[in-house]
Amino acid sequence: MDLDLRIPIGLMFALVGAILTAFGLKSDGNVALYAKSLGINVNLWWGLVMAVFGLTMFWFGQAGQMRVEKERDGKKKKAAS
Amino acid sequence: MAKLTAVDWLIMLLYFGFVVGIGFALKPKMKTSKDFLQAGRALPAWICGLAFLSANLGAQEVIGMGASGAKYGLETAQFYGIGAITAMIFVGIFMMPFYYGSKARSVPEFLRLRFDEKTRALNACTFAVMTVFSSGISMYAMARLMQTLHVFDGLFRAQGWAPEGIFTFSIVLSAAIVLAYIFMGGLASAIYNEVLQFFLIIAGFLPLVLLGLRNVGGWSGLKAAVPAAYMHEWKGVAHASTNPMGVEIIGLGMGLGFVLAYGYWCTDFLVIQTAMASKNMESARRVPLIAAIPKMLFPFLVVVPGILAIGLPTPHSTTVTRVENGAIIHEINVVPPQVEQGRGLVPAKLNPVTGKPMLTASGEPLLDYDMATPNMLLHFFPTGILGLGLTALVASFMSGMAGNVTAFNAVFTYDLYQSYIYKKGSDRHYMTVGRFATVGGILLSIGTAYAAINFNNIMDTLQLVFSFVNAPLFATFLLGMFWKRATGHGAFSGLIAGTAAAMLHHGLTLPIEARSGIHGGWIAVLHHYPSDMAQNFWTAIFAFWVNFIVTVGVSYCTKPRPDAELVGLVHSLTPKPESAKLVWWKRPEALAAAILLAVIALNIFFY
Repeated sequence: MDLDLRIPIGLMFALVGAILTAFGLKSDGNVALYAKSLGINVNLWWGLVMAVFGLTMFWFGQAGQMRVEKERDGKKKKAAS
Repeated sequence: MAKLTAVDWLIMLLYFGFVVGIGFALKPKMKTSKDFLQAGRALPAWICGLAFLSANLGAQEVIGMGASGAKYGLETAQFYGIGAITAMIFVGIFMMPFYYGSKARSVPEFLRLRFDEKTRALNACTFAVMTVFSSGISMYAMARLMQTLHVFDGLFRAQGWAPEGIFTFSIVLSAAIVLAYIFMGGLASAIYNEVLQFFLIIAGFLPLVLLGLRNVGGWSGLKAAVPAAYMHEWKGVAHASTNPMGVEIIGLGMGLGFVLAYGYWCTDFLVIQTAMASKNMESARRVPLIAAIPKMLFPFLVVVPGILAIGLPTPHSTTVTRVENGAIIHEINVVPPQVEQGRGLVPAKLNPVTGKPMLTASGEPLLDYDMATPNMLLHFFPTGILGLGLTALVASFMSGMAGNVTAFNAVFTYDLYQSYIYKKGSDRHYMTVGRFATVGGILLSIGTAYAAINFNNIMDTLQLVFSFVNAPLFATFLLGMFWKRATGHGAFSGLIAGTAAAMLHHGLTLPIEARSGIHGGWIAVLHHYPSDMAQNFWTAIFAFWVNFIVTVGVSYCTKPRPDAELVGLVHSLTPKPESAKLVWWKRPEALAAAILLAVIALNIFFY
């Protein structure tokens, strides 16, 4: 199962984070909408948190995937020679 | 009521896309039945560990824990403290060497290796039925929730469909998605999606808890807003009358900590399958331990929203009169009767015929605790993050269902089909059978979803099923793994006697304020328990001990198997695991000790 799971998780969180951030920016200052969340623009703030988390996860996943692939190539070369 | 906009739908669709996408990405890697049903036994420990936790994070956890938090308070956290976490340590340190080391492909198969064919057949059949039942409950709960929250109402109105179809639409939608990704990627797909769901739950519930706590004025504000007994895990636990759950210390310690939790975490193939999918013995032993770490922190995410829901002020109909530009303006805010009769954000249950709130025997309104967590979501989340919260909820339902379906696949294919129906098939044949078992399992779950409607707390229903089937099971594994004298005849008769004892006990006792029937007392009522939870615990205790005593008794009367056949299956005859050679702090035992210390610290803190 050589699919680094951090890649899809990171990607999904980054995308959801981006959507929430964009929506939060657009709806910023909408008092009626954010009355529920005690006046805090939760979309913007939580969107940013999720985007940062997602990108970090994605970055580590990419690095991990590359390492695995390099190892596998190394093994293949050894087997060939 | 959920007013969803395009943003919410976008987030939910994105999640569905990723879930099915992961199945699609894994599809080319499914070459043998081992790939499909056991994830190739090649996954890293952290993935399996988070999936181990998530597999149990279905309907009963997220909605049920919130419901119990609202009903019983912080005592619910006991499910974690003494129960689950020590059980997870036990299964990782002591039992995993036999599960993983025996090369059994499923828990029932382990029973065949250790005991005999009939014990396996009994376990495989009851387990298959139980998984279908559980995933049916998950589906039912999800469809009901979608109905109550009016998630699909807008969509149905826009399409001009009859609103009666929402229940069926939710069931078919969730079933189709779960079917798609398991059919393609098997257990690996289920495990990957469980990990995705783990992170999603945190993303959806952490802001909810933070907002809720901010609203009531922090932890001390919450303490002031609910009855004192709600905020203690242990205080008042010595007597049934002084704690909200109505269970005394022996019932709690034995029933919850030992029998129910150990029966579940140590023997249920639903969770064990994720540990058995890891890449080596070392990882397999670490899987439950890795799962135990986030498990300690989960009460904060799933139980606290329920307590917050009780602690918040109950909405009432209000009339505000003010004078504006010489005109008198009345602003009337009408709250529906079920909300006004409720406590905090937990609504009262309405009688569907009269439309009036239902009352308990003592005249108090009957509360719909299952709505505690969903109402919190609706109360605090504006559109946007509401989509995220609902997606987290949907994700938990679907992965709970998926775990059951993959467990069903493996048990059906290996323990029923390959053992009793068609023995000499090629590996390719069994992989196809596994794939189509997915379809069969999901169809059966849909059937049970339409049949599961009687309890006001989903968890009580599940605990009832577990206490009939699982509680006696733990005695069988305990004796099987640690007492080499235990025989197949002993195990088999013990299991039958244990399950019979559970049913008999349930049939003879009744929680107060309940009528005879599904709540118990269907033979005769000999004893009343203060709550259905207390009754469930005692059912489990009886089942466990009857099984234990019968197994020991029958084993002494029957011929034991020679020691040579039991190597790798019984503790005293198995060489120590490899990890004994590692530096002390790298061993799973060191991790286990650290977790144990942390649990004790948490319990002292929340005394």
